[in-house]
Formats: sequence, structure tokens, C-alpha cells
Amino acid sequence: MFENLSTTLDRAFKTLKGQGRITDINVAATVKEIRKALVDADVNYKVAKTVTDKIRDEAMGRKVLIAVEPGQLLVKIVHEELTQLMGGRLQDINVKGEPAVVLIAGLQGSGKTTFSGKLANYLKKQNRNVLLAACDIYRPAAIDQLKVLGQQVGVDVYAEPENKNAVQIARNAIQFAKANNKKVVIVDTAGRLAVDEQMMREIEEVKKAVQPTETLFVVDSMTGQDAVNTAKTFNDRLNFDGVVLTKLDGDTRGGAALSIRSVVDKPIKFISTGEKMEAIDLFYPERMASRILGM
Amino acid sequence: IGKSKVDEEVLDELEEILITSDVGVETTLKIIKRIEERVSVDKYMNASELDRILKEEIAKLLSENNAQDVKSYFTATSAKPYVIMVVGVNGVGKTTTIGKLASQFHKAGNKVVLGAADTFRAAAVDQLILWGNRVGVPVISHGMNTDPASVAYDAVREGVARNADVVIIDTAGRLHTKVNLMNELSKIKKVMQKVIPDAPHEILLVLDGSTGQNAFIQAKEFTRATEVNALAITKLDGTAKGGVVIGISDQFKIPVKYIGVGEKVEDLQIFNRQTFVESLFKRK
Ligand SMILES: Nc1nc2c(ncn2[C@@H]2O[C@H](COP(=O)(O)OP(=O)(O)OP(=O)(O)O)[C@@H](O)[C@H]2O)c(=O)[nH]1
Ligand SMILES: Nc1nc2c(ncn2[C@@H]2O[C@H](COP(=O)(O)OP(=O)(O)OP(=O)(O)O)[C@@H](O)[C@H]2O)c(=O)[nH]1
Ligand SMILES: [K+]
Ligand SMILES: [Mg+2]
Ligand SMILES: [Mg+2]
Repeated sequence: MFENLSTTLDRAFKTLKGQGRITDINVAATVKEIRKALVDADVNYKVAKTVTDKIRDEAMGRKVLIAVEPGQLLVKIVHEELTQLMGGRLQDINVKGEPAVVLIAGLQGSGKTTFSGKLANYLKKQNRNVLLAACDIYRPAAIDQLKVLGQQVGVDVYAEPENKNAVQIARNAIQFAKANNKKVVIVDTAGRLAVDEQMMREIEEVKKAVQPTETLFVVDSMTGQDAVNTAKTFNDRLNFDGVVLTKLDGDTRGGAALSIRSVVDKPIKFISTGEKMEAIDLFYPERMASRILGM
Repeated sequence: IGKSKVDEEVLDELEEILITSDVGVETTLKIIKRIEERVSVDKYMNASELDRILKEEIAKLLSENNAQDVKSYFTATSAKPYVIMVVGVNGVGKTTTIGKLASQFHKAGNKVVLGAADTFRAAAVDQLILWGNRVGVPVISHGMNTDPASVAYDAVREGVARNADVVIIDTAGRLHTKVNLMNELSKIKKVMQKVIPDAPHEILLVLDGSTGQNAFIQAKEFTRATEVNALAITKLDGTAKGGVVIGISDQFKIPVKYIGVGEKVEDLQIFNRQTFVESLFKRK
């Protein structure tokens, strides 16, 4: 279904060859191909439009029209543009604080609990004393799941299985951390839809109660066009500090990364690349750009 | 009154609605082309006429390759127990859908047995057992980190022994790119056939309604590995439109049977083509 973009572009340019000269109109057609490729990769329709408009201007300035291999040059320009849009450089998380608190939020099944375990493991390896807090009071066996992961990575899990108040549990977890010399608390929360007002209010209250040093929005990299709506609403409500992109071990093109970045302008800080506790990495915008373009 | 020209602008707008519903470029262009063929461009028609034609074309795409809409949760077949194996990538809603389905079957007076063959994901067995308790149906399990195929085997055997009407097997989420894990599905399937030669009667692929174009590849790869013959689309209670279903229906002969519209036990519906098409054009 997906074709390599530069092949497509080369073909688009080739059809012009007979005309001896590449014109503005030809560029417009090519830019349309780029837009199609981006949308095929799940980049949001409007974002793709904005990006390609910018690329068209860029292309004119860079004399794509007279280049020997216009397709290649154009792909290079697109790649540069996407890389830049997705943040340019690496960004780590802030774990300063007594204790530092990392709040994890996102849609159902996006990979929050798994990522919480991974982040605990990652920080533990940096010799930090970490605590996991189980604040998903809804999903069946959510606490058990976090406990299993905590055990796997050798990190304590704070839970109150009988308590049905996520805000209270979160607050108590911070008290527990302070009393037990924990330096970082990772707060796992229930999955929620951006349109679920009651649940969005809950996470706002959790945030207010724990005053996180870092709030991370966890999103499935296979997400389609809706990524923009979700990211925007979560950001409006939580003003999160960064994004975690999960399930990148599959073959999704991951256009959601670009969409989210364009809509909320928050850095993608981590990627998740598997179910194992070691499958966590920092985010490299340049690699993501290649992936979106199928290179 | 209110007639406007079906021109470039109208078609562009249409394109935007379809694309932002995850219908995908290819299928969108196909739909637009069909519309163009039916309403010669520059013809004046009112919005509701165009609307009707559009919905008709999409409904057609949804049905051309498909059987009719499913009428009820459980179609009585000669198979007893009727064995359903549930598959899909990670976190799409397989276990939850099984809980909801079990409830529907159970309430309709069927005897249900669940098999906890996700022995890998942390606390997956506990999660299914909690669903079993909630619904009031037994769950066959060997605990975590055991062989999923032998759990499936036992669940089907128990289903027969207990004279059950339905056996539903939960499996671990797996990305279709992982060859070993995909092969494991064939193994689980084969082992059940030792008990009932034509089991599983239904292989239900669960797709997350907020997934973009990758859902298309998921349908393709899971079908290749396990002969999927039913689809469930979850999480349609959100703002995602699940439009990828249209493209999937266009290219595969697999009917969408169920949609998930929430996390609660009653949040499962039988897929209705008409309602689905209407919801595509409803702005949330
Ligand atoms: N392949 C793959 N699977 C992942 C990754 N991250 C998480 N998963 C799997 O995705 C599924 C859902 O992960 P969870 O961590 O339970 O997701 P969650 O966001 O906590 O889910 P809820 O709490 O129900 O909202 C599980 O099967 C995980 O093993 C990843 O990077 N790659
Ligand atoms: N809003 C909403 N959430 C859903 C729906 N179906 C499932 N969920 C939620 O999605 C999350 C993942 O559901 P599971 O049933 O655990 O998904 P799974 O496919 O079994 O996951 P793995 O076994 O880890 O691959 C849970 O938080 C569910 O409550 C739905 O239709 N709507
Ligand atoms: K919807
Ligand atoms: Mg969770
Ligand atoms: Mg499951």
C-alpha cells in the first residue's frame, strides 16, 4: 500500500521529462504526491497541508526546478523539514525534586502501565530510588499488572486496592515516597478518552494533588487522524511536558508523531519499542522523519 | 432552494471528511470517483441529495464483499460448543471485548466458557478471571507463563465436557510483524482442532477504532496467519471515526460483527452499516 516516496516523486518528475523543463505546475503535482504520502503515513490531513505548503516554498527557493535529480533533492528537503518540525534535538526528562513526580496519562491501551515499568527500570539504572504508584482504579487487574512489572524491574509499587479515590491514592503515594526516601514517583493512571469529562477532571485533580515535575502523554504510534484531537485536549487540560510514542516495534509509519508535535508543540521524549522492560529509547526526530517517509 | 454546484470545492470538502475519518487516500479517491461518476460535475443538487448519494456509495463499499449485517450476537449454528478465538495487536481491547461478549451470550441463556490463553502480558490472566467473575462464567486457566496452546486445548475440552454453547479464547496481543508470535496463533488453532476438528469456528480480529492506516495491514497480516472471519472495532466512543473499516471492507471479505463503545460490560453493539456511515458525517 505504501510506496517509497522518492520512487513516487521520481516517477512524478519523470512524467515531466518529455517536456524538457520543470515548471511550477509540475512542482504543485509533486507536492500533492508528498501530501498523499504523508496522509498515508497517518499525518493529520491539515498538518500535511501546512507542511507541504511550506515545503513547496522551500523547494522554489532551493532551485529544485533546475536540479539534476529533483526527486532526490525534494525528498531531502521534506526530510529536513519533518526532522525540524519534530524537535530537532534530543530531550530527556526532568527528575529533579524531593521526590520528583512523573505523571503518566493517555488513552486506553496506549501503553501507559508498560511504559511506567520501563521508565522505572530506566531511572533505576541511573541509580535513582524509584516508586511506582498504582492510580488506575478502574481497569480489571490494573494494580496486579503494575505490581508484576514492578517486581520484574525490582521497584516498589504503592497501591491501595480497596481505595476507589485515585487522587487520594496519588497523594498518599507521595507521602509514602517522602517517608521512605524515594527520589522519583511514577504515577500510572487509568486510560481515558479526551471526551470523557469526568475522567478528564479526575486526571486534572491528580495532577493538582501531586504537582508533577513531569507530565507525560503516552500515545500509540499506530493512531490515525484523531491523534490531533486527543493530544490537543489532553494538553489543554494537563499542559503536559512531553510525549511518549509507543509500539514502534511494529510497521506503522507513525505520522501521529508529526501531527501531535505540530498541534501541541511539546517534545516527544521517549519511544517504546516492545513489551519487555528494556524496550525504551529516547526519541530521535531524524529517524522518525525517515520512518514517516518510508525511507 | 439551497441547491449548490457539485464542484471542486464540494468534492475537496468531502475528501477532507473522509481522510480525517481515517478512510485512507486510496479508498477516499475511489469514493470520490464514484460520486463524480454518479453526479456529473457542475451539476446543481442540494446538500441532502449529495449526502444521500455519498452514504449510499460508502454503504455499498461496506457491503459489496460482505455478508449481510449480523442480526444478533449469537447465531445458532450446528457447532456446539461454538469456539471463538480472539486475536489482535496489543491493547486494542481483546480481553474487554471477550468480557462483553461473554455477558451477551450468557444473558441470552448460553453456557459460556472462557480460556485464558494470554499467559504473557502481566496480569492478563487475572484480568480475564475478573471479567469471568463479573459476568458469572467460568475461566479455564493454567496461570501465567504457561503454554497458551495447552490452555486453549483445555478450554475447548472443558467446553465439550461441560456441554457449553460457546467457548471464547483470549490470546496475547501481538504485532503482526513478529513472525514467531504469529506462528504461535496457528499452533493454538491447530491444538483446538484435536478436540473439535472444525474449531475455531470464528476467529475474531479486534481492531482499535482510533488506529490509522496500520489497521489495514493488521487485517491483511492476521488474515494471512489465521483466517480471520469476523472483525470487532473498539473504542468508537471517542472522537476517532474508525473509517479504516471502509477500506478494509472494500478489500477483504470479512464482516464487521461488533463495535465497542466503552469500557463497561454493556458497551458492545452489533455493527450496523447504516449507523456507522451516519456517524462518519457527524461532527463530535
Ligand atoms: N509491541 C509493543 N507492545 C506494547 C508496547 N508498549 C505496550 N505494549 C503492549 O500494549 C498493551 C497495552 O499496554 P498497557 O501498558 O497495558 O497500556 P495502558 O495504557 O496502561 O492501558 P490501560 O491502562 O488499559 O489504559 C500490552 O499488551 C502491552 O504489553 C510497545 O512498545 N510495543
Ligand atoms: N473507551 C473504550 N475503551 C475500551 C474499549 N474496549 C476496551 N477498552 C479499554 O482499552 C484498554 C485495553 O483493553 P484490553 O481489553 O485489555 O485490550 P487487549 O487487546 O486485551 O490488550 P492486550 O491483551 O494487552 O493486548 C482497557 O483500558 C479497556 O478498558 C472501548 O470500546 N471503548
Ligand atoms: K466515534
Ligand atoms: Mg494501564
Ligand atoms: Mg488482553
